[in-house]
Amino acid sequence: METNTNSLSAAPAMLTGSEILWATLVGEGVTDVFGYPGGAILPAYDALRKFPIRHILVRHEQGAAHMADGYARASGKVGVAIATSGPGATNLVTGIATAMLDSIPMVCITGNVSSKVLGTDAFQEVDITGVTLPVTKHNFLVSRAEEIAPAIRQAFQIAKSGRPGPVLVDITKDAQQATARFDFEAAQPKPYRPHPMLKVETDGLSAAAELIRGAKKPVILAGHGIMQSGAMEQVRALAERAQIPVAMTLLGIGGFPASHPLNLGMMGMHGEAWVNDAIQNADLLIACGMRFDDRVIGTPHTYATKAKKIHIEIDPAEINKNIKVDVALVGDLREVLEQLLPRVSSGKTGQHSGASAWLKSIEASKGESAVRDMKNLPDLGHLYAAHVMHDLWRITGGNAIVATDVGQHQMWEAQYFHHEHPRSLVTSGGLGTMGFALPAAIGAKVACPDKEVWVIAGDGGFQMTAAELATIRQENLKINIAIINNGYLGMVRQWQEFFYDRNYESTPLVSPDFVKLADAHGIAGRAVKTRGELAAAVEEARTHNGPFLLNFLVEQEDSVYPMIPAGSALHEMIRRPGHNPLVETPDDL
Amino acid sequence: MLHTFVSYVEDRPGVLTRVASLFRRLNINIISVTVGHSERAGLSRMTLVCEASAEAGHRIRASLYKLENVIEVDDIAGAPTVTRELALIKVTATRHNRSAIFELAEVFRARIVDLTAESLMIEMTGVESKIEGLIQVLIDSEHEILEICRSGKMTMRRGHHTSRVLKAMGTGDAEPPEQEAAQEADAEPE
Ligand SMILES: Cc1ncc(C[n+]2csc(CCOP(=O)(O)OP(=O)(O)O)c2C)c(N)n1
Ligand SMILES: [Mg+2]
Repeated sequence: METNTNSLSAAPAMLTGSEILWATLVGEGVTDVFGYPGGAILPAYDALRKFPIRHILVRHEQGAAHMADGYARASGKVGVAIATSGPGATNLVTGIATAMLDSIPMVCITGNVSSKVLGTDAFQEVDITGVTLPVTKHNFLVSRAEEIAPAIRQAFQIAKSGRPGPVLVDITKDAQQATARFDFEAAQPKPYRPHPMLKVETDGLSAAAELIRGAKKPVILAGHGIMQSGAMEQVRALAERAQIPVAMTLLGIGGFPASHPLNLGMMGMHGEAWVNDAIQNADLLIACGMRFDDRVIGTPHTYATKAKKIHIEIDPAEINKNIKVDVALVGDLREVLEQLLPRVSSGKTGQHSGASAWLKSIEASKGESAVRDMKNLPDLGHLYAAHVMHDLWRITGGNAIVATDVGQHQMWEAQYFHHEHPRSLVTSGGLGTMGFALPAAIGAKVACPDKEVWVIAGDGGFQMTAAELATIRQENLKINIAIINNGYLGMVRQWQEFFYDRNYESTPLVSPDFVKLADAHGIAGRAVKTRGELAAAVEEARTHNGPFLLNFLVEQEDSVYPMIPAGSALHEMIRRPGHNPLVETPDDL
Repeated sequence: MLHTFVSYVEDRPGVLTRVASLFRRLNINIISVTVGHSERAGLSRMTLVCEASAEAGHRIRASLYKLENVIEVDDIAGAPTVTRELALIKVTATRHNRSAIFELAEVFRARIVDLTAESLMIEMTGVESKIEGLIQVLIDSEHEILEICRSGKMTMRRGHHTSRVLKAMGTGDAEPPEQEAAQEADAEPE
């Protein structure tokens, strides 16, 4: 078997298109793929057993795409999803769009009908390159066996280069069946062309350094680019050298350690008041690998009006899109920071002039809202989602990979689970895709088998992709699942409470008994109703030999604070009610 | 404002869709687009005109460059250029009013390229305003227009710039370097 494999993927040889597909994937370093077979991709599946690739059989192709996505987010490698033509291909689309909006490197492979019948509405024919055109970084329609290796290799290059993104390769059935000469080396793509409008000039670097030197109230805005570029050290060096506090976007979380004294926490719609206030009062914003998304700026014309802005970003199309900036350094974040750092001298002279006064004033602005006493509160029997997040964080030591779904629980996780490490939070930010968490966690676990992996999902979103419980069982993956069961599509209910007169139309949710559902899949579980049971249940899940599901029955009409209503300015946020007991004291941390 | 982009794109299936799809996504109407072979093998040259805010130019150009099949993008924005459009106009014409149309065509330096007992076809090359002018005069003189076919704008920068030179200059961001050699854009054609 081994020698067979080597001969199939190394020296040039005549192979079928199907063999070429797998051999090219092997050559690209792929060890795991997520997929679902069907007629148009059957030749490829037939050849799979000859290659050293683990195939995870999913229960719905959306799951395959989210798994490939979670795999990529957790590891930084390119995730691979496979589906058949027609319905298999269209089922991928939500997952592809999710990866597109969050710039995730992913390659999706679909089978299609034979080239002779393309465009004839043949059985299970869908124009998937047409369908996915706006939600892929690029896509290919391959109708000849000779084109498979070059297309796949180029797909990998495109997926991971520059601003990463998903690429789809649609391969006709006859191309899989035909024979062609396979030469991995010869199929190498043209050298990668960086975006021609990248621009990091000495003038810009000097101007940025000058702004940093002169600033009295600077804030670093830390985004997903930190992870994508591997700029953790550089961002930290900049923050420490010039004593600049760091605010995180949702996808930036983990890029700068939560425990770092300069880490303010998450900004934006559900960011803490002091973070958004600091941004509104700042005189300089240094945006690092973030795109001023509408969820973090409130409204463009009210956003940080007093601040000069430096934007370090790899995508020229993001410059001046939502927010006009004063200095744009358009390039890879790590490379740009490495050029900028020598210009920001360390020690007293390099510090911006008002360092301590600014940091003190932010500290003071935390006031009541930062008094967080969760640990010492009497157990009144009520279980709040914040308790769950806090204890999950405390008990796992913040070292787990957490995949969250979309909704209130996602925001509570971002607020109360303190991430120390990059790639430890896997969440759908740009598209906000419910159903993401469970499959994404599967991808993360396959990528990082030695890491503790938790799913944190709402009762609503969990049901969108719950069928993947069977995948967990079939693949024997040790994944722990926390369902934050509030009986509602909670985030929508919250909007109804705040903005629609509490008209809870179509948000109350009748759900199956999740513990029984897990049981039906051969997965152990437990319901948790009070605070007192919480810690022991989490420990039980962690130590259980095999996957475990915890159904947390939490306070139903709880809301996420603070909140910036859509279309309002950051400082117009609905603040955390003073009496809210769901806060942490410094002792909690 | 009107934006004109000249771009080199790979000459293969689906490329036009990708370019068009970008504008569709931005909800920008393409006023005209002309595509044909260029001086570079395997690459087509495209002149694309659209109406969008002044600030949109940068984002459109940057987004075009993000398309894998797009090799070069030049935002013509105000640079000295030669711009032409071709129009074919078929009008009703009998032996009674033919000569009047001939006269009009002469003034506009248009040519008559087809003639039958009931109609004739005018071919005109020029800047957009001249073509509009001819059409307006035909309407005002109560000649019945049967068909109009227009190519859309084709644009080339003035001066000795090959596309490679423009690329090295980082076109679109900078002012054109040879202002003195440049004449008014859309000057009268020979
Ligand atoms: C696929 C999809 N459909 C609809 C929405 C809109 N949406 C956002 S949050 C939310 C409610 C989520 O409810 P649940 O999963 O129970 O989480 P909770 O907010 O209660 O924590 C909905 C419906 C979405 N984000 N994704
Ligand atoms: Mg819920």
